[in-house]
Amino acid sequence: MTASVTDEKRRARRAGVGALLRGQMRNIAPFLTLICLIAFFSFASPSFPTLDNVGNILTQVSVTGIIAVGLTFVILCAEIDLSIASVANATGIVVAYFTAQESYVNIANLPLPGAAAIALAFLACTLLGLLNAFGITFIGIPSFIMTLAMMQIAAGISALLVRGQIAYKVPDLVATLGAGSIGGIPWIVIVAAVLLLAGHLVLTYTRFGRYVYIVGGNREAAEYSGLNVKLIIGTVMVISAVSSGIAGMLGVAHFGSAQQNEFDTYLLDAIAAVVVGGTSLFGGRGGIGNTIVGLFVLGVLNNGLDHVKIDSFLKILIRGLILLAALVINVYAQRLRETAEE
Amino acid sequence: METGAPVIELVGVSKSFGGVAALRDIDFVLQAGEIHGLVGENGAGKSTLMKIIAGVHGDYVGELRLDGRETRFRSAGDALAAGVGMVHQELSIAPDLSVGENVFLGTQPVNKAGIVQWRRMVEDARRLLAGLGLEIDPRARIGDLPIGLQQMVEIARVLFSGARIIILDEPTSALSPPEVERLFSLLRRLREDGRSIVFISHFLDDILRVADTVTVFRNGRRIATTPASETRKAALIERMIGAGHEELGESYRADIRLASASAAPVVLQASNLSLGRAYRDVSLELREGEVLGLYGFMGCGQIELVRTLFGKLKPDGGVLRIAGTEVRLASTSAARRAGIAFVPESRRSMLFHAEPLYKNTSVSALERISRLFLKPAREREMAHAQIDKLQIRPPRAEALVGSLSGGNQQKVGLAKWLSFPPKVLILSEPTRGMDVGAKEDVVRIVRGLRAEGLAILVASTEPETVLSLADRIMVMKKGAVVREFENEVISKDRLLEAA
Repeated sequence: MTASVTDEKRRARRAGVGALLRGQMRNIAPFLTLICLIAFFSFASPSFPTLDNVGNILTQVSVTGIIAVGLTFVILCAEIDLSIASVANATGIVVAYFTAQESYVNIANLPLPGAAAIALAFLACTLLGLLNAFGITFIGIPSFIMTLAMMQIAAGISALLVRGQIAYKVPDLVATLGAGSIGGIPWIVIVAAVLLLAGHLVLTYTRFGRYVYIVGGNREAAEYSGLNVKLIIGTVMVISAVSSGIAGMLGVAHFGSAQQNEFDTYLLDAIAAVVVGGTSLFGGRGGIGNTIVGLFVLGVLNNGLDHVKIDSFLKILIRGLILLAALVINVYAQRLRETAEE
Repeated sequence: METGAPVIELVGVSKSFGGVAALRDIDFVLQAGEIHGLVGENGAGKSTLMKIIAGVHGDYVGELRLDGRETRFRSAGDALAAGVGMVHQELSIAPDLSVGENVFLGTQPVNKAGIVQWRRMVEDARRLLAGLGLEIDPRARIGDLPIGLQQMVEIARVLFSGARIIILDEPTSALSPPEVERLFSLLRRLREDGRSIVFISHFLDDILRVADTVTVFRNGRRIATTPASETRKAALIERMIGAGHEELGESYRADIRLASASAAPVVLQASNLSLGRAYRDVSLELREGEVLGLYGFMGCGQIELVRTLFGKLKPDGGVLRIAGTEVRLASTSAARRAGIAFVPESRRSMLFHAEPLYKNTSVSALERISRLFLKPAREREMAHAQIDKLQIRPPRAEALVGSLSGGNQQKVGLAKWLSFPPKVLILSEPTRGMDVGAKEDVVRIVRGLRAEGLAILVASTEPETVLSLADRIMVMKKGAVVREFENEVISKDRLLEAA
């Protein structure tokens, strides 16, 4: 321990504190943004810094957070998944489709036991993820295009199943995890926290997690090291689809209904959370820790803007500008890092 | 052929890169209506000189005279405007555009509104190409043409931009014999029109067949200029590598005794491997505890061959056996599992610069030390074992690989394969860009691994590398194995002659 500390110091002295800071810019900038936002809203509105509101923010970011777990893997591999929101929607609708609905719901559905409905929903999102994986690795379609097509495919599945109607009932387990709470803590927050933690552990402590960073860091070198790059990329696409599927099931319970297009805003929110948190769009840098910071930046921003008197239409513009600023920092941090390494 | 006046004259030209002299006090004359061959080893200075003439390097000492007047080109555009054009080894065509568009790349005929006049372009291109004896449809997609024709279209483009001095860098390395013939007749035709051609090549036979004059470079100096009809291949090689009395000549001419094929078991066996235009009918056997050298010029197919052996490229035909069992390597990870290791020629494609040393050295062995969870302590242990074995500096497992020197990075690229030794180790250009000390390290390391029983294949375009490392040597030329040396005494000049 002492040795590594002195090592650290020696390196810092050699490279200069400035270079060290520049190297860490990716992690520092989002955290500073978060602190500034919290400080600003606490100052601007007395209703913002309350325990109740903290609970609100946590609940509000949970669905995004679950989607962002898988998306973090994808972006770390220098790929992208645009089908997350669509897959979430389709999976939520699948689970409702196989649940007995009230008589006034006009959907030709297939009521099954809750466990079977959940299993089929998992199967559905896994298959969609596998299709993404197949298109990207075996056929060689860029992930941007492949998942764009998947976005339409999953939306099509949703549309065919509900046919413009709305379903309300989901299996009891899903209803509890999505809308229930234990000891005052919403289950959905607990699920999001557990999945984020699991994602972090996988990325940090497992061989697969290392491969994700290695493939994102230098794909060519990963291939020349004899790694099965296609398998790794295929796996992250499946992880992403399954995360989205879980978010979709719980989201449907959380919102109290399953219908088309109800997850549309989550595509941008999830990508924004990962990128605002500082995970590099070029792959290989970042992680779940960054994603959590990004989630809070977005959550605090969305929530805080409701607490201050501001034109609700202006809010959309403000969100866009903050996202742009984060992207600029992301790309800039990459460049700074590269110069710091030279 | 008209007896030309000098079109280009260089007087006392020197050029250095970061304090290292690339050209020293060069005098060079190019006549009108001559084909001038330029030969020399890698790094002898021929390409640097031509880049000065073509305006790529504007920063040099000395004088450049064009038609007797002193001038200095500041850019390639500058030189082209004055009539000097260069065709590089890597063609700069736009493969998805038509032949006509490539001929007029950037200078398409347009009307007043700026709209491209297609019909005029196609007609002009057809006429101009026919004038060079090329019957090519200007509307054809250029990427669909054979390499030889693509190259001629590029030459045509340089000509139509007004060049009367054309510099060709290694034009024949990717061409089949009939294509070479075609190129040569085009060059002779241009010579009759009074244009001047500089022809840089490693292929001395080609030079001697087409050139009027040959100039030899060595170590940044012009060694000799002679009429092609008055010299032979052996004499050129001797001048390229330095005769006995030259300062470095001794080491270059030294005889090296090659071993005979050992009786050790064959680890890797390739029979009649072929891959498209890259190489064909390559057979080789690699035994335990030996180093097989693979030598050939750039573009001879060895880069593709070693990638096939590592599962990165798939052969069109032929059989690969490992320890007697036929294998089909579907991917690089299949090759790794079969016990094959590969260190590519570029450090970019073997290292993770932003990661610490220990994560680089463990990447190919992770599967064997951890099923699910990483074992960082074990990884650091492995890193330190390799740091000691290969003497990597600084000796810190946490050092970012991007911060190491080039030679040490090269060692890391090798180290990642050695923690769990493979059966076969393939090294591509293991000493490229290294100083003498680092090269000696490589020789020592490779000898050590051979003594441990590893089967090693060293592929290089540098004769010294192959000669200093190999027990047996195979020479590749234009995609085929043309010579095998074993159990005999060999020297660099014999190796060069075979290629």
